[in-house]
Amino acid sequence: MSVRVGEAAHAPAFPKAAKRLLENAQLRRNVRRATDTIRAKRAKVVAEMADWQELRAAAHEIKEHTLRYLDFYLERFEANCTRAGGQVHWARDADEANRIAIGLIQARGQREVIKVKTMTSDETGLNRALEAAGITPHETDLADMIVQLGEDKPSHIVVPALHRNRSEIREIFLRKMKLAELSDRPEDLTGAARGYLREKFLRVKAGFSGANFAIAETGSICVVESEGNGRMCVTLPEILITMLGVEKVIPTFRDLEVFLQLLPRSATGERMNPYNSIWTGVSAGDGPREFHVILLDNNRTAVLADAESRETLDCIRCGACLNACPVYRQTGGHAYGSIYSGPIGAILSPQLQSMDHSKSLPYASSLCGACYEVCPVKINIPEILIHLRAKLVESGYPPLVERAAMKVASVAFSGADSLAAAQGLARLCQWPFEHDGQLRNLPGLLGGWTDFRDLAAIPKESFRDWWSKRTGGQDE
Amino acid sequence: MPVISLFITCYNDMLFPETGKAVVRVLERLGHAVEFRRQQTCCGQMHYNTGYQRDAFPMMLHFVKVFRDAETVCVPSASCVAMIRDHFPKMADRAGDASLRKAVDELVPRVFEFSELLTDRLGVTDVGAFFPHSVTLHTSCHAIRSLHIGDKPWRLLEHVRGIRLVELPRRDQCCGFGGTFAIKNADVSAAILSEKVESVLDTQAEVCAAVDNSCLMHIGGALSRQKAGVRCLHIAEILASTESGGVQ
Amino acid sequence: MSDAKTEILERIRRAVGPRPPERTVDYAATERHYRHSGTLDGAARLDMLEERLRDYGAGVYRTSRADLPAAIAQAAAARGKRRLTIPAGLPREWLPDTIEFVPDESDSYAGLDCGEGALTACAAAIAMTGSIVLAHSPTEGRRALTLVPDYHLCVVFAAQVVETVPEALRRVAAAGARLITTIAGPSATADIEMIRIQGVHGPRRLDVILVVD
Repeated sequence: MSVRVGEAAHAPAFPKAAKRLLENAQLRRNVRRATDTIRAKRAKVVAEMADWQELRAAAHEIKEHTLRYLDFYLERFEANCTRAGGQVHWARDADEANRIAIGLIQARGQREVIKVKTMTSDETGLNRALEAAGITPHETDLADMIVQLGEDKPSHIVVPALHRNRSEIREIFLRKMKLAELSDRPEDLTGAARGYLREKFLRVKAGFSGANFAIAETGSICVVESEGNGRMCVTLPEILITMLGVEKVIPTFRDLEVFLQLLPRSATGERMNPYNSIWTGVSAGDGPREFHVILLDNNRTAVLADAESRETLDCIRCGACLNACPVYRQTGGHAYGSIYSGPIGAILSPQLQSMDHSKSLPYASSLCGACYEVCPVKINIPEILIHLRAKLVESGYPPLVERAAMKVASVAFSGADSLAAAQGLARLCQWPFEHDGQLRNLPGLLGGWTDFRDLAAIPKESFRDWWSKRTGGQDE
Repeated sequence: MPVISLFITCYNDMLFPETGKAVVRVLERLGHAVEFRRQQTCCGQMHYNTGYQRDAFPMMLHFVKVFRDAETVCVPSASCVAMIRDHFPKMADRAGDASLRKAVDELVPRVFEFSELLTDRLGVTDVGAFFPHSVTLHTSCHAIRSLHIGDKPWRLLEHVRGIRLVELPRRDQCCGFGGTFAIKNADVSAAILSEKVESVLDTQAEVCAAVDNSCLMHIGGALSRQKAGVRCLHIAEILASTESGGVQ
Repeated sequence: MSDAKTEILERIRRAVGPRPPERTVDYAATERHYRHSGTLDGAARLDMLEERLRDYGAGVYRTSRADLPAAIAQAAAARGKRRLTIPAGLPREWLPDTIEFVPDESDSYAGLDCGEGALTACAAAIAMTGSIVLAHSPTEGRRALTLVPDYHLCVVFAAQVVETVPEALRRVAAAGARLITTIAGPSATADIEMIRIQGVHGPRRLDVILVVD
């Protein structure tokens, strides 16, 4: 099966990738500045909402309900979309989805396609597949364009070029747009993108989009965006193809009232993003004459089968957990080796790949809980991380030395006598490393700690020893 | 007056006995009887959070057995309380043991983190402490996001005579400890820590306090390596100090 | 029925396991304790809409029904517009005779691209989010009309203004809209260093005329 989450299958383990990125001071500054800005904006607009927690709770319930009856809602969506003039295709995996898309474009004799930001097509590696088939994809979201023109990889779900600053972007645009001159003012860079893409919007006859929501009740698709490139891609071409994961369906049009309040505030810290487009099949005299939807599984049904982590599929791709995460803040998105980075990436990527790859990702978290706190659909990411770690332990993934240490500790903690004995032993073993009351240069796994920090030496008397003395051994 | 049973937690027992002594001192000063059940060991948090749930289960059983009939359990570690509240019920469910689940449900409401115990259960914010130093407070992730402890530790510190409290910038940001995370992802953990240490140093406080010694072990480890001269103290040690004694 | 469809649906049915037999009952049980309607009076609602439209960079004019043509003339003049494209169904009595109006009757986009801007009505406006909702009726035009031109001038009547998102969506749903666009300010991006820049691919300028009386 061709499950693929960007490059994750071949990416180095998280600690190794992170170590390299931590040395890139510019990248870290860019990521910190961007996430600080977006967090502050989000906090301000979320504070305006007296019913934020109620909206979160409702969103979670709607998503959980939808997943329970996912087969029903997908079929209902298909029936209603078809009735409205759309055509629905089903794809078991990435390759099947790409094949369907390429077939549709080639059958209409098209050699170019304009694309609005879609994580799902990044997941399936659609652009590479299109290029291999002789079709040129044009990314039209400003950040995606920066990534595509810079031959780079996305580092954030919502702001894929968040790791780039203005002067880096200027360099890329000058080179790829063949401009004589260009300042690094964000206004001018944005203006350059407008000029570069306008001609393509008006000329290219095939459009490609993802979907934020697919409404079963009406067969409609909703795309949430800011720049107007999304409206261009879903309105102007003659043929439109929309690819989405099966979990993107919601039961009713009414449910949008919940998600359209949560998503913009969580994603970009806006009360409402500049544009939402909702369309239903094809409409005479307005928009594409042909409309196709590709419903993608690509292992989502395997995630669905695990009751303890199923809610991973609730995700509406707002990126709030990335911005809140202390780990992401240090490394940026590339360390995750997947287009899905940050906390949601740490649970989504390994599950989409059935844990075959990205096994280091569930450990890329201090479990601080900031992700869960900001998640607009209340995905308990820390719980799922722990669950995935447990699956990895069951499969024998952690190194032997760790498993042995855990076993020793569990024996020590089995009773008071074994614990006292272990404490004595630890105290005895520490003397070679002790200097002025601090432990340094500890061996093995613990070396990771003492490379950066001291560890206070174990005091001579434990609390329980003190208590025994104090009570003369009278207490229980 | 309830008898307060102290669950010292495994790492405080061995590494931070002064915290336990301070808890005893504060509670006894307030007129409460404190007991220590010698059979206690560990809540199982490290094993559980690292994925060793099979190993954590007997520790949870042991905890329930030891404290089952305790009136009130005081725990000077927010993350251990979070382990007990958030995970014990699920562990019992997963084991399919209804009577265990019942025992957990009966026990959990009687388990309090130290500052919660003082403010919520005992209704005190002024414990009669004296601590003439400048202090900043790291909020500890499990305390704020799992226990929803809010400003309880801050309110306790506000009533300490002689203290000068300084807000910690970005105080709700993780210190990067995360248990085995600090070892498995030592580089990232250290990077997060260095921001936390910068914030602490920015306050120019003499002492960095928290309700969880695991955060303080982490922050203090870096401060010590940098010879920064800032001490890390569990909030109990500050609350235990009086004009006549305690931490100076 | 395609093979892929059969297989995916089978995988789902296997994965979800046992579930309550009554789907509709399960759906009805989803708790929705959030706000379903606003509480502000009409004047406060308009004030909030105006404040939030301005906050995201839209120009706002207030006028009465009788003065609507004059307000349109004023708004267009302030932007230096002398010729605007309009949807075929736009009431002609709105239009001032100081500027030229061209009905959007072609099905190409080139004309829109070289036009100066578009004047339309809307289906609703949301005060809390500072948004305009288009349902693309004959007074609002096809989607490209308010997308391709660089300028959009939109007329909003006080009775169309609601406070919350749920109220607005209920209105367009009741009207049976198949195409809906919501607009909050001019097109924008924050993709470069999170600095908000107004005006990307959609109209770079948005003005709103609030008709109050």
